[in-house]
Amino acid sequence: MITYALAFALVCFSLGLILNLWRLVIGPTVADRVLALDTMVVNVIAIIVLYGIQTGLGINFEAAMLFAMTGFVGTVAFCKYLLRGSVIE
Amino acid sequence: MTVALDIILSILLVVGGLFGLIGSYGLIRLKDRMQRLHAPTKASTVGLGTALLVSMFHGLMIGTGFSWQEVLVMIFIFVTAPITANYLAKVHLHSRHYDGQTPQTGVSTDWATFDQTPEDAEPQLPSRDS
Repeated sequence: MITYALAFALVCFSLGLILNLWRLVIGPTVADRVLALDTMVVNVIAIIVLYGIQTGLGINFEAAMLFAMTGFVGTVAFCKYLLRGSVIE
Repeated sequence: MTVALDIILSILLVVGGLFGLIGSYGLIRLKDRMQRLHAPTKASTVGLGTALLVSMFHGLMIGTGFSWQEVLVMIFIFVTAPITANYLAKVHLHSRHYDGQTPQTGVSTDWATFDQTPEDAEPQLPSRDS
């Protein structure tokens, strides 16, 4: 039964990724695009974790951790640039 | 035991997938830019949290044992999600302030993020008595 649930969750997160891409394209302000990118990172981490369950490989955890770190640093750097005009002062 | 775990993990996966989809749909559907900040936080807490929980408990079902590594990702996501949301709210507030559309705070002082402390061009060293 968990096979079907995994497929369902993977389809849900992939549809969410497409919706985020739509917001990234039409986003009226820059902050909306940053938010869409941040949500895309979250969805990609979920897809990596679910794919790791499906294949049974334990190596996907490192990829998820790397995505979490780079996504956080990227979003904060974008916001810092929008707020102050420079990333590191 | 295995059948019960199978059912519980399947329910968790379905709930998490639905939350992830609803969070991303809210990003499209909601009208205002401050409202749009609300929906993806659900996707990042409940959606990703249930996916990581299932990944932790899945080892018990197939016999490889409980895996602790996903706790690190969970802690990292749960700590950093409010920080990014706070920064994005600050960006929205400042862009609205620039457009002259900032809502009233209801108290005598303005929003705290607009408090400007004038800085010296060069930091003043404390004077030392000879």
